[in-house]
Amino acid sequence: MKALVFIEQRNNVIKKSSYETVRAARDVADALDAECIALLVGSGVESIGGTLGRYGASRVLIVDDPALAAHSGTAYAKAIASVAAAEGAELVFLPASQMGKDLAPRVAVKLKAGLASDCIALRVEHGTVIGTRPVYAGKALLDVRVNSAVKVFTLRPNVFPATIAEANVGVQNATVTFSPEDFGAVVTKVEVVVGRPDVTEADIVVSGGRGMKAAEHFSLIESLAEVLGAGVGASRAVVDAGWRPHDEQVGQTGKTVSPSLYVACGISGAVQHLAGMSSSKYIVAINKDKDAPIFQMADYGIVGDVFEIVPELTAQLKQMLGK
Amino acid sequence: MKIAVCVNHVPDTETKVKIAADGQSIDRTGVNFMMAPYDEIAVEEALRMRDKFKGDVTVISLGNEKHKETLRKALAMGADKAILVRDDSERDSYGVAVGLAAALKPLAPEVILFGKQSIDYDDAQVGTLVAEMLGMPSVSVAVNIEIQDGKAVCVREIEGGHEIVEIKLPAVFMAQKGLNDPRYPSLKGIMAAKNKPIEEQVAAPADRLVETLAMSKPPAKAAGRIVGTDKTAVPELIRLLHEEAKVI
Ligand SMILES: Cc1cc2nc3c(=O)[nH]c(=O)nc-3n(C[C@H](O)[C@H](O)[C@H](O)COP(=O)(O)OP(=O)(O)OC[C@H]3O[C@@H](n4cnc5c(N)ncnc54)[C@H](O)[C@@H]3O)c2cc1C
Ligand SMILES: Nc1ncnc2c1ncn2[C@@H]1O[C@H](COP(=O)(O)O)[C@@H](O)[C@H]1O
Repeated sequence: MKALVFIEQRNNVIKKSSYETVRAARDVADALDAECIALLVGSGVESIGGTLGRYGASRVLIVDDPALAAHSGTAYAKAIASVAAAEGAELVFLPASQMGKDLAPRVAVKLKAGLASDCIALRVEHGTVIGTRPVYAGKALLDVRVNSAVKVFTLRPNVFPATIAEANVGVQNATVTFSPEDFGAVVTKVEVVVGRPDVTEADIVVSGGRGMKAAEHFSLIESLAEVLGAGVGASRAVVDAGWRPHDEQVGQTGKTVSPSLYVACGISGAVQHLAGMSSSKYIVAINKDKDAPIFQMADYGIVGDVFEIVPELTAQLKQMLGK
Repeated sequence: MKIAVCVNHVPDTETKVKIAADGQSIDRTGVNFMMAPYDEIAVEEALRMRDKFKGDVTVISLGNEKHKETLRKALAMGADKAILVRDDSERDSYGVAVGLAAALKPLAPEVILFGKQSIDYDDAQVGTLVAEMLGMPSVSVAVNIEIQDGKAVCVREIEGGHEIVEIKLPAVFMAQKGLNDPRYPSLKGIMAAKNKPIEEQVAAPADRLVETLAMSKPPAKAAGRIVGTDKTAVPELIRLLHEEAKVI
């Protein structure tokens, strides 16, 4: 049996969520006596593939084509499905990143496979993989089994560990030929905000809510985030008020985050907000209302004024972390 | 321009989830259902496209009789036609996509809109599945769509930034928050919607590829600790984060 893992690279840098996915796929492959093959798609990606062995890939394949320098969902999906078919892979894993979520359904249709999306745990029982995935915004968990011959899984970023164990391995070419029709959608430009990590990838997230009172007070949130190397999040109330951009919204109609530490400042903890951050490993709440629902979710809370606590926390952390 | 929008009818975001006796689904008693929030954004975008390019908007939902409520809301917002693709069973996303693709094909829309994800099973896959089944390109998590000369230029949200995607029509788009602010149905719209017919079709059959084994509640969190009530609590908070949680 073979498992194929799609590796996301941007500007020829492999994303952490892809290392997590290889490691998780390797664990599943070991339980099934299967081979774990990593697949890199892009242009000039040969030199970056070797390290995948250290995360558990027993073999690394690349589909390397100048036409693939810019991301194209249609063409990348063809590359993955073609290689999976050529290798006879029964299991296909992708990170549930924005790129992985865009590709997985296309790969699934091409391979007539069922897709278990956004899994947060995988286990092998009686020779089949069972995925656990949050539904209803994390208010319930579903154990699912894919019954088609080929099975596709996407894995939520920041949940599976990316541990290093094995050695580097060599990289081999896989051939896939493309025609112009394969490029129905093509990325022409990528604009990345440099400096601060995105909330879905950050190890620590500092979020602000209506308790921050005004857009300009988010400088307090940003300073705390800066000291911690954290991403900045927001509640919908402040996004709707125009204080923060949409892509910072955490919650049921925003982003789902699973950092090691989530710091909620002036956020009440409405169910729709909790839905997006309840899988954080540790939660800190700072709110002046002791009855705010966020305290039921928090590991540590301070019942107090954000304008007093947040700057003090920033100052003390700065000293401690030597920044 | 022929525009189609697929809309799902899902439990309200306020729903307190209780597991049903079958151990595989939620207890639906007392649960309010509504149009999925991202689907409202998709409907709004469709209406704006129609106003700009002329043509009509057909809304489609696959599910039981109750889905008519959500179709009715889309009609009240201003959609021209509605189709209920009738199916009373619980389909997986693949099955939903098979049914929707079969209903969409004869309409030959130039633009098909979906929400980014339903808020029930949070799959975020039906739109792209349908696109692949119909052989169309697609843009997921679209926060801007500009249509011009048989193609569209879209802004798509990615981790920490945006991608500009060029895409040929006919194409599928999945609406993300930020694309627009959906309108509320006007009283006139609600009245008019009452007289618009909802066409019913039987859903094309589909195999179930993903099987639910069990639904459970996530492990309950132990009660948290209130560290203090003013800034004198800060050193203790930092100590706990450093020594107990080991996250800083
Ligand atoms: C369909 C739907 C989808 C939704 N999706 C989302 C979503 O994705 N994400 C989301 O966040 N919300 C979402 N919501 C909105 C959600 O219901 C809440 O309205 C929202 O989360 C409230 O934001 P908030 O906590 O910032 O504001 P509030 O609820 O107003 O809370 C502000 C908090 O700040 C505290 N506070 C005030 N001043 C201070 C101070 N000086 N110091 C310390 N604390 C202070 C108050 O005690 C209060 O608890 C959704 C709602 C609906 C209906
Ligand atoms: N039963 C359904 N009927 C019509 N559209 C649906 C249905 N289920 C999902 N969709 C559409 O597909 C999108 C993504 O859904 P999902 O893949 O379930 O997260 C939704 O936002 C809807 O636009």
